Amino acid sequence: MNETYELRSGETHIEVHKFFPGAILIVSAAALMLQAAFPVYLPKLDILDLPLLITIYFGLSRRNPSTGLLLGMTIGLAQDALSGPTVPLGFYGIGKTVIGYLASSIGARLDTEHPAARFALTMGFVVVHQAVLVLTRRLLLAQPEPWFNVHLAIGAAVNAVAGTLLFLLLDRLRRSS
Amino acid sequence: MAIPSRHKSLALLAGVLLAQVLLLALQIKRDSRGRLIRVWAVSAVTPFERGGSWGFGRLRGVWTHYFALQSTSRENEALRIENDSLKLTISQLQSKAAEADRLGSLLNFKNLNAKVPMVGARVIGASAGTASRTIEIDRGERDGIRRNQPVITPDGAVGKVIETYLDSAQVLLLTDKDGGAGAMLVESRIQSPVGGTGEPILTMKYVAGDDKVNVGERIVTSGMDKIFPRDVPVGTVTEVKQGYPFKQIQVRPAAKLDRLEEVIVLLTAEPLEFKKESEVQSVPGSDGNASTAQPAAVVKP
Repeated sequence: MNETYELRSGETHIEVHKFFPGAILIVSAAALMLQAAFPVYLPKLDILDLPLLITIYFGLSRRNPSTGLLLGMTIGLAQDALSGPTVPLGFYGIGKTVIGYLASSIGARLDTEHPAARFALTMGFVVVHQAVLVLTRRLLLAQPEPWFNVHLAIGAAVNAVAGTLLFLLLDRLRRSS
Repeated sequence: MAIPSRHKSLALLAGVLLAQVLLLALQIKRDSRGRLIRVWAVSAVTPFERGGSWGFGRLRGVWTHYFALQSTSRENEALRIENDSLKLTISQLQSKAAEADRLGSLLNFKNLNAKVPMVGARVIGASAGTASRTIEIDRGERDGIRRNQPVITPDGAVGKVIETYLDSAQVLLLTDKDGGAGAMLVESRIQSPVGGTGEPILTMKYVAGDDKVNVGERIVTSGMDKIFPRDVPVGTVTEVKQGYPFKQIQVRPAAKLDRLEEVIVLLTAEPLEFKKESEVQSVPGSDGNASTAQPAAVVKP
């Protein structure tokens, strides 16, 4: 799984990237801890969802749906665990599992290296992630939650911008093939 | 028969989602006690969070205290200017308050002696040398000031007018070597002139050696000098030395002769009514802390 190879589908050549050993683990842990630190130290950055951005990035890069959904599940459950007793385990896990799967699936079919594509995909994934969270709250937890509001739109845009920049940084963790 | 990879991942997705939904359902049914996985996760992350918190705090401290000081310098300068301005304002307000106290004291005195003609005056100068103790006031002949009129404050006797001009006059203080007033001890009623020595302390002359005088005894004017009316406070005995044929008695002036700012010139020698000593001491502004600001107005009948 750590080998670099190319998916050949028709005329497209999509490269599967591998990272330095431990990079995914360290980056994911760092993202979770930063996310937990935002409400305390930088409340204004609370709108960012770093674990989601990491899930999207590695999903798009690894392009393996199984790996993507498992990584999403792991990050989501860890986020649940760190979110305190008011957030049930599985809440973010379900959302990020879906996103991990979708990102990996789309990454296996499209070239997602261009910043514009990353921006658009990230924005879309943030919206889908929010939709899954709302569904979970309304259907499973029976908690009222608005489907859409301005905060969500702003959050999607901010996360898309932050994700695009963050992905450029994370690209440096890739091992050259 | 091999299962296609796409179906494998879909099945995995379904399984994972189902497991998490069940997990959620399990939690919803049960109470909100902490789960073991939560404890593990928190325990595993806490040291890093603690370290991160420490590092973040240090970083923020270094940034705040060593690098992000551009605005601090400006802010410091602005605060310093504001502080100076506030100090000035406080000083002005204290000065005005002291002035108001003094003028209030003068007004009370005037009201207490409404029938006695008097002129309030502001001290505008003093003797240039130490050889004489005189002051200059801003009232003169136009205001009815004449030579040998007594000058007082609500605290007590100050001196007498020795020279008059059209709009000003000179006052010889009791503490001048040539100054003095007819006086008497309040308790024993012993009469004797009180005079100056050129120092801040007065002396009472001509009290016989066998007369009894107590330290702390009050001295008032006797009216025998034909200048001061009777019973104007002159001072308090601070020291008594036995002498022959006369005692050596030192007197602390009742009026603050070294910090006069407003005075009253009596136009007649009619008797006056003064507050008790205890009342005078309790009057704010009569404690000698008055600033040197000039009053906006003076009492004038």
